[in-house]
Amino acid sequence: MANKKYSFVLVALISVLLGLLAGAIIMLVSGYNPINGYAALWEGAFGDLYFTGETLRRITPLILAGLAVGFAFRTGLFNIGVEGQVIVGWLAAIWAGTAFELPTLIHLPFAILVAALAGAFWGFIPGLLKAKLHVHEVIVTIMLNYTALYIANHVIRTLLTDGKDSTPYVAESASLRTEWLTNLTQFSSMHLGIIIAVFGAFVMWFLLERTTQGYELRSVGFNQHASKYAGMKVDRKIILSMVISGAFAGVAGAMEGLGTFQHMYVMSGFTNIGFDGIAVALLGGNAGLGIVFAAGLFGTLKAGALNMPLEAGVPSELVDIVIALIIFFVAGSYMIRWILSRFQKEGK
Amino acid sequence: MVEYVIEMLDIRKEFPGIVANDNVNLQVKKGEIHALLGENGAGKSTLMNVLFGLYQPEKGEIRVRGKEVKITDPNVANDLGIGMVHQHFMLIEKFTVTENIVLGSEPKKMGRIDMAKAEREVQEISERYGLRVDPRAKIENISVGMQQRVEILKTLYRGAEILIFDEPTAVLTPQEIKELMEIMKALVSEGKSIILITHKLKEIMEICDRCTVIRRGKGIDTLDIAKTNPSELASLMVGREVSFTTEKTPAAPKEVIFSVKDLVVKDTRKVDMVRNLNLEIKAGEIVGIAGVDGNGQTEFIEAIAGLREVESGKIYLNGKDITDLKPRKVTESGVGHIPQDRHKFGLVLDFPIGENMVLQTYYQKPYAKNGILNFKEIYDKARKLIKEYDVRTPSEHTLARALSGGNQQKAIIGREVDRNPDLLIAAQPTRGLDVGAIEFVHQKLIEERDSGKAVLLLSFELDEIMNVSDRIAVMYEGEIVAVVKPEETSEEELGLLMAGSKRQKVGES
Repeated sequence: MANKKYSFVLVALISVLLGLLAGAIIMLVSGYNPINGYAALWEGAFGDLYFTGETLRRITPLILAGLAVGFAFRTGLFNIGVEGQVIVGWLAAIWAGTAFELPTLIHLPFAILVAALAGAFWGFIPGLLKAKLHVHEVIVTIMLNYTALYIANHVIRTLLTDGKDSTPYVAESASLRTEWLTNLTQFSSMHLGIIIAVFGAFVMWFLLERTTQGYELRSVGFNQHASKYAGMKVDRKIILSMVISGAFAGVAGAMEGLGTFQHMYVMSGFTNIGFDGIAVALLGGNAGLGIVFAAGLFGTLKAGALNMPLEAGVPSELVDIVIALIIFFVAGSYMIRWILSRFQKEGK
Repeated sequence: MVEYVIEMLDIRKEFPGIVANDNVNLQVKKGEIHALLGENGAGKSTLMNVLFGLYQPEKGEIRVRGKEVKITDPNVANDLGIGMVHQHFMLIEKFTVTENIVLGSEPKKMGRIDMAKAEREVQEISERYGLRVDPRAKIENISVGMQQRVEILKTLYRGAEILIFDEPTAVLTPQEIKELMEIMKALVSEGKSIILITHKLKEIMEICDRCTVIRRGKGIDTLDIAKTNPSELASLMVGREVSFTTEKTPAAPKEVIFSVKDLVVKDTRKVDMVRNLNLEIKAGEIVGIAGVDGNGQTEFIEAIAGLREVESGKIYLNGKDITDLKPRKVTESGVGHIPQDRHKFGLVLDFPIGENMVLQTYYQKPYAKNGILNFKEIYDKARKLIKEYDVRTPSEHTLARALSGGNQQKAIIGREVDRNPDLLIAAQPTRGLDVGAIEFVHQKLIEERDSGKAVLLLSFELDEIMNVSDRIAVMYEGEIVAVVKPEETSEEELGLLMAGSKRQKVGES
């Protein structure tokens, strides 16, 4: 077991290094200095407190989206609908954050809870269809992404505002931002969400590894027949898994709504948080701690990328290429494993 | 000097925590059928995978026709004329027999596969060795025995001179086993050499020339079959005396614990598989269900376990109606179930063996409290069961997948018996197990009986049914057509009953 985990971490690290290396080669070939490029990236991610704050803010929803994908995956389900669940979570958080006047201690948890419930509901639909009618969750969740996007836009225009493109800001009592964090990070958009996200990773680990529900979810993920034989209600576990997964995604949406943006606007396309969550979960091995690190890496790359054109003249698209390459190497980890096993053999 | 086609000298292969082959020697003469005998997990398959190039040995030498060779991958083995007939067939269901056989070395004409030529060649080889197949049939439409012949043809098509058969009879019916033996004889008479991996002594005695015994990774001995006997082989293999007939005292049946009345169960295609089945089992007796596979046995057992809906009829345990209860309720009402397919139903293979030990009880105290698992209790229990039931595993944290079939089965039996059920259902509990493990399973079933439980044994092995049962219920086309006592019947009579040719009115059961 330990051996397996160790080798997964090694493979993940090698994938990241290979991705960065390939990125360096591409920079070289395109006539940029990779050392300057990566230095600018580092500078843009952690150069000063403002940049650090922005990076942590980017990491926050990525962790939660990664947890959403990873949780479903551990139960044998592929939740492509995290994107849509993030959007409905965001929308619900804005509604809860604008429609009520409550003390902070109640308002903020309430708004996050509403977002989680909205995401959970968006996960419940494909879960129910899968369990009862055997409709494949990938198809349903992909379609529900679009449904979520357009419903959210419609709700913003008609229900939350009078035909405007953007909602009012959430009440201060529902905001995740705090003065001291804002001041500390030189007026970045960093907020308390990172604590919630890391706590979420702990929740995922605890649920899956320490509770009877988690035992059942993992069992169903591995072998539905044996689970049924052992008296587990397989259908219900599938629904439950999608609901919990959706709740994580909904909270990710709340991070954007109550933390980063403080409002919601009519979107012309996806946030991509949910899709990035798939890559994060993959790199993080569908485990809580791994997802935190993977989201950390992705967030860092994305935040730092903004600085690359300014300081090193490297187009930020290149960072997208590097991220894509890292995913490629993780997905192709079979190759890395094979090379590693060759090395181990030679060594003997 | 004797000519050996294959010599494996001092082969050593290690896996993390285990020495799978500890300086094993194997020498195969040309034109012989050489048995490789050993318990599950003794290292037979490892040795053959070394020969076939799937594993690289840490130490040792392999010689083919006297020349030292390095077999780095299966292609090298193929080139050396070594072919393997795998236990789990490596066939593409949607392809035809011919397509499967030529796959990877297709005859080509102008860049396209010359299917006509391929079919001719396949036909030719199949006639030469008496391997009847329809070259144009699709794999999914042919019987298991036929699929195996396709596997054999695949190796012959590639020019194999030395054929490795990995437990070839495990999946075959008695009739198909007979045919396979004829085929093997035909192959050696054509000058091929065969290595037969098996733990079935009967087959070894019948067709093999020599036999190499492996026990726990070590080569024990190589014997001439003509100069040995089954009990010598069995004790070499297990390392102690083995009795073939299960020792048991006469049953002392008491009150009826379990009864089935007019049960009807349909299969997934909505065909009646169990038709008005009636059966009673008393406390302290083992009732064996004999029958040819496909006569409703599987559906019957699934219906008892709550895994399949009952169409009509009733099932009672201890006087309580347990018809159509959910699986969990059936389990809790006192049924232990050793399922027929241990990989599909019995275990979560990707769970550690320790977590598998509580698959039926994980939600109960002391393994869980308020929905939180108590891993200390779970693994304490697992360790206890592993010890008590002699499950050989590096640790309780090892994935169930990594254990050999016999040890997986022991783990399941331990888990089910430990719950102290009133009715123990054992569906093909010894399938794929070696003599030592079979003896162990039978002993456990009899112990359960002696402690006053009712045991329902389903088996397709007549030996097992005859040896273990106190009463035998013959199932044919979904009905119990006869209930007989093992001491009052013969295999011939059972065979006739199972074929449905002789119906006896079910008397007082």
